[in-house]
Amino acid sequence: MTRPLRPLIDLLAGDRTADRIVPPSGFTARLTSFTAGAMAFLVVFALALSVAAGRMAERWSDALAQTATIRISAPAAQMQAQTDKVLAILKETPGVAAARALSDDEQKKLLEPWFGPDLPLDALPVPRLIDVRETATGFDADGLKNRLAAEVPGAVLDDHTRWRRPLVAAADRLRLLGLMSILLIGGATAAMITLAANAALAANAQVIRVLRLIGSRDSYIARAFVRRFTLRALSGAAAGTLAGMGAIALMPATDQAGSFLTGLGFQGLGWLLPLLVPPAAALVSFAATRGAALATLRRLT
Amino acid sequence: MIDFQNVAYNYGGGELLTDISLRLPPGSFHFLTGPSGAGKSTFLKLCYGELHPTAGRVTVDARDLRSLTRDQVAALRCRIGVVHQDCQFLDHLPVAENIALPLTATGHPVDPADLSALMGWVGLMPLAQHRPPQLSGGERQRAALARAVIMSPDVILADEPTGNLDWDMSLRLLTLLIELNKMGKTVLIATHDLNLIRSAKSQVPVRVLRIRDRRLQLAGSDL
Repeated sequence: MTRPLRPLIDLLAGDRTADRIVPPSGFTARLTSFTAGAMAFLVVFALALSVAAGRMAERWSDALAQTATIRISAPAAQMQAQTDKVLAILKETPGVAAARALSDDEQKKLLEPWFGPDLPLDALPVPRLIDVRETATGFDADGLKNRLAAEVPGAVLDDHTRWRRPLVAAADRLRLLGLMSILLIGGATAAMITLAANAALAANAQVIRVLRLIGSRDSYIARAFVRRFTLRALSGAAAGTLAGMGAIALMPATDQAGSFLTGLGFQGLGWLLPLLVPPAAALVSFAATRGAALATLRRLT
Repeated sequence: MIDFQNVAYNYGGGELLTDISLRLPPGSFHFLTGPSGAGKSTFLKLCYGELHPTAGRVTVDARDLRSLTRDQVAALRCRIGVVHQDCQFLDHLPVAENIALPLTATGHPVDPADLSALMGWVGLMPLAQHRPPQLSGGERQRAALARAVIMSPDVILADEPTGNLDWDMSLRLLTLLIELNKMGKTVLIATHDLNLIRSAKSQVPVRVLRIRDRRLQLAGSDL
């Protein structure tokens, strides 16, 4: 059980002498730390985007599923009669669980963000809205539309699906893109660290030769490089993650504007999610460097 | 312990060694001589598996070096101490850490008292914290010898260990190698310094081998 984890355990245990065997090289150290930091920063944003998109898709799905709205546009004198007629039709329609007309106050509240609190609702030809709740099986939207067109010409059924489906699909797609971005960033990080590790291995060919001549095993030599690169990636990614979390935290709060962009971020325990980025970066670096080191050592005679 | 059976080695530009058969018994003391470029360093590299013969086979304790895995070769090199002509140090580490490197790089603990005793034996105690580039040629060779013996190997191979040393320093190094041989270690020194060989012959029984025309010969009484 512990055998496959042995390299990781050895790495975490550390070896002061092994750490000193490879001479410090400023360039690859800075390159690895910078790459890990920049990539972690991007991952935090991709993660925030993905989480926000997921949250949005869920909210839209929940809020709009099983609901519909009927809008009645009629002269003020006929408004109540048409409303009563529509409610009566809905009562007879299979698949409708409940239906009610929104009060003037509720309609005023809906329009308030656009027209302000002092909207003279009775002076404007504002349509009456009827909120419809569906049963689990739902109703026949086309049939209802036809009946309304025939019996209450001023009533228009909006079952939300027309604009709900593409929005939810877009949010789902956005979440998927965010996750794909994270995978791509991980792959790019692995590639960059592999290049840096290869450069370090090439620069230390003499060190490798000496270690081999005195009886070092390849696993020991690889570990000296792997540990260094993993720790660099870990520290770089930790800095990048903190910077990314700080930037997300400084974005305007959702309730200030309520739009998607201001809702980009983490909520509650979601803030723990970015903390997985540094260990993940370290794991990617560990695998990339170990692969590069062992491949290089196999090539060397 | 080390056995050459009809060994040949080809560098690609022609054969360097041909049909070499030799056995280095445990506790023996051999010199390997011959002109520059005769193949002395190549012979040593064949002994510890850095090179493989193009024909014939080299065995250590009856195990063909070619059949060993990389880890087995590493383990073998712990039993064969090599003093390289160019010493092969890690220049960024102090001398003491370079000498202890075979222990640390194979996961063995380093006893500071043993390390100090070894450094005292080769006369490098005051230079323990110096970096290799700060050492003279003789000091580097003695440090290389100390590193070669720190794992208490069965065999010590030395490639031109006195190449850059004055006579007094050469004798001092030879004395150290003779001491090791008296402790039961097998010693093989590649050198073209005939005076060094004569000096050794006066102190211990040695066999002198010579590479001539790509073949190994037992050297005559002129030495």
